[in-house]
Amino acid sequence: MNALDIHDLTVSYRDKVALQDVDLAIPAGKLAAIIGPNGAGKSTLLKAALGLVPTVAGSVLIYGQPYAKQRHLVGYVPQRSSVDWDFPTTVLDVVLMGTYGRLGWIRRPGRAERDRALACLDQVGMADYADRQIGQLSGGQQQRVFLARALAQDASVYFLDEPMAGVDAVTEQTILSVLQDLARQGRTIICVHHDLDSAPQYFDWVVLLNVRVIASGPLATTFTADNLRKTYGGSMRAAIAHFQHFEEELEQAKR
Amino acid sequence: MSAFAVIVLTGVLLSASCALIGCFLVLRRMAMMADAISHAILPGLVAGYFLAQGPSALAGFAGAALAAVVTVTLVEALRNSGQVGDQSAIGIVFPAMFALGVFITSRYYEDVHLDTDAVLYGNIEFAPFDMLIVNGINLGPQSLWMLGALTLLNLGFVTLFYKELKLATFDPELAAVMGFSPALIHYALMLMLSVTTVGAFTAVGAILVVAFLIVPAATAYLLTDDLKRMIGLAVLAGVLSVVIGFLFALALDASVAGAMATAAGVLFTLAVLLSPSKGLLSRRRQLQQQRQQVILENLVVHLLNHEHIAAESHEAEVTHLRSELRWSPALAQRTIRQAERAGLVEQHGDRLTLTEAGRALARQAQTRAER
Amino acid sequence: MSMAELLSDYTARNVALGSGLLGVISGVLGCFAVLRRQGLLGDVLAHAALPGICLAYLLTNSKSSLVLLLGAAIAGWLAALALLQIVQQARLGEDSALGIVLSTFFAVGITLLTFLTKRGDAQGAGLDRFLFGQAAALIEEDVFVIAVLAAIAIGATALFYKEFKLLTFDALFARSIGLPTQALSVLLTSLVVVAIVIGLQTVGVVLMAAMLIGPAVAARQWTNRLGIMIVLAALFGAAAGLAGALLSLSAENIPTGPVTILSLTLIVVLSLLFAPARGLVWRRLNRSGG
Repeated sequence: MNALDIHDLTVSYRDKVALQDVDLAIPAGKLAAIIGPNGAGKSTLLKAALGLVPTVAGSVLIYGQPYAKQRHLVGYVPQRSSVDWDFPTTVLDVVLMGTYGRLGWIRRPGRAERDRALACLDQVGMADYADRQIGQLSGGQQQRVFLARALAQDASVYFLDEPMAGVDAVTEQTILSVLQDLARQGRTIICVHHDLDSAPQYFDWVVLLNVRVIASGPLATTFTADNLRKTYGGSMRAAIAHFQHFEEELEQAKR
Repeated sequence: MSAFAVIVLTGVLLSASCALIGCFLVLRRMAMMADAISHAILPGLVAGYFLAQGPSALAGFAGAALAAVVTVTLVEALRNSGQVGDQSAIGIVFPAMFALGVFITSRYYEDVHLDTDAVLYGNIEFAPFDMLIVNGINLGPQSLWMLGALTLLNLGFVTLFYKELKLATFDPELAAVMGFSPALIHYALMLMLSVTTVGAFTAVGAILVVAFLIVPAATAYLLTDDLKRMIGLAVLAGVLSVVIGFLFALALDASVAGAMATAAGVLFTLAVLLSPSKGLLSRRRQLQQQRQQVILENLVVHLLNHEHIAAESHEAEVTHLRSELRWSPALAQRTIRQAERAGLVEQHGDRLTLTEAGRALARQAQTRAER
Repeated sequence: MSMAELLSDYTARNVALGSGLLGVISGVLGCFAVLRRQGLLGDVLAHAALPGICLAYLLTNSKSSLVLLLGAAIAGWLAALALLQIVQQARLGEDSALGIVLSTFFAVGITLLTFLTKRGDAQGAGLDRFLFGQAAALIEEDVFVIAVLAAIAIGATALFYKEFKLLTFDALFARSIGLPTQALSVLLTSLVVVAIVIGLQTVGVVLMAAMLIGPAVAARQWTNRLGIMIVLAALFGAAAGLAGALLSLSAENIPTGPVTILSLTLIVVLSLLFAPARGLVWRRLNRSGG
């Protein structure tokens, strides 16, 4: 079964078409990256999948059903810069927000939710920071807290918006191993990713996006120099040269 | 000069001097600083009254200008401390200053003519009776001298430093690189704002100064994209509000300043609705057209994408399109009819095929989207 | 008058209760307004309430606080709507939108008020008391209305605390888990309008901004927890309200509203300077020490 099915999705902001006739399917259990140049509509694709932006046409299905019905199966990590990190709250409290969806209206998180949130913090190596004010964290630590909040959602499919942008090496490795664990458990990870270098090492499924879907599929058959050139146009020669180098290495490794 | 003419002329000079400065406040997103300063000068006026041992225009002016500078400095300091947000910084400083002013007035000058209503909405009605008398010679209404000077001052400031103000407003970094300190320009503008506020204060009071500073400038902003034209239109909108408001106040026998500011608000509302480029109505129409275009392009791109796929016949079925694109039957029908009329598609039975023109539009839409 | 006399006095009790309750409710709601970076929303809505009061009087000819304040609430609500429209449609920047709505609504209010005054009956209705507030004029019935409104506002905040917190911190995430953020936003703004309606009677239009912002900013300096911040803000607001009420009753010619705001400003300044960790003095000491 596919974790995410997108059919003929078109999104436009006023006069600018952000996504055009996007067709996409990501099977369950994949670690998928959405890759494309700036302004390609990567974040918009996530937001459209989560029902956060209005669509002109098309449909989005999560495990075969519309998002509104499957909300409890979805975890979301927005871009770190989308919130005010001086907000008066603690690390644990932010992670507890991941349980709100399940709690529903008015009910408060209790013992069980606290334990769960602490366990999630432990998973990202942040258990010692539970009582810290969130503004006292480094960028990487903030990102790990956001990941822990998503873990607390206990979802089947996770949407992450550039989780590895501007974070330290430790955080990048932590995030990666958590995501790989999740995928191993059969959960689906869908990640907006900005770094062409690391993409082939981290993910096993890629979506190359530039307003339209240029290519989507398993890493080996999709992440090719030809597809990248189509995605980035002429503007990313350096990246593509670099990538060809990687392809050669891959060839050598095979030999 | 008749009393009515003096009132209208006072209003005209007032709105012109305010609009000149107001344009830069609106563009620099500092409108609420005008609100803050107009309230915060009250303790300065009171201090001036105290120092001069009675009502004195000069002492009041000096005290108020000082209070304005204190306000700007305090707000900046609070913002820079990182402890307080932008809006909160303003919202802490000016009520404190205003409260101080009211407190001193009511505690120590209860019997004095500095009544609080006038502080809030001024008394332009008295403009014809307050004469400037030098060495026993009556030189005419004081308000005209004062606001006339203010208008000239602001006109001089904006003309002289037009280039610098423009640059520092649109690209502060470039201005800094070129040696025009944005901070210096900021403080100069704040100083001019203070002087303007103090000058206008006696005529229209604390809160309506804000109306004259911000509203005509915002109206002009909606009508043009050119800075010079915006300043001109702002002055025009201000003058119009004054005339309309005055006639209205006469008819209703209500506060002249209040009616003038209300008229400014009405002009602004009209601009919001009717501005040819940024108005609500024209934008709504534009948006609708754009949306239709997007939907139309959506249809042809979809057909193109599936043209060479084996399932094309299925994808191109009208009923299938409807469910696939999640369009309501009405929307689907309208779009298809529109596309047919434009010669983009042909319908054969239940199937749609792209024409050459349709294919061209789809390709064009695709390449444009990727750019 | 001694303190004991003051507290047993009928007027004094009403003034103290009214001002204290205002402090509590504006402290609580101010926290959300400040954290959502909408500190001046209260200022704008308070000014915008004036035409509502005048129109309510013009239409009903009633001097009852309840009728007048209902008018105020409706006008405040319309102003919030206008604000949203101007920001979204005219793309003028929030700052200009605030200034426009504030001054235009207030101008209409002043025009109506002077119109009523010249007609010779506004003084009788005492509509201008809302400009600066007149806590001393509070009667038991007013205090009862204030108490009920405060209970509603605080009850709603307690009930939806979790949702309001998430909306304020991360609206995008809130929407992704299915919270109706638009509706919650409207609810929060409506509660602010309730606080303003109470404030109009005690501190008045002009000083209302500080009642919402001051307690929240002061409280923020002392804690990093939203729950504690709200409780502290309520306490600070109540303290300022009580101080204003008692000081104004203890001597001649001391207006309640301004003294309340000055007391509040003192609390804010002390908090900004001396609060541990965030306070200016503390930070400076820390820097020179470390």
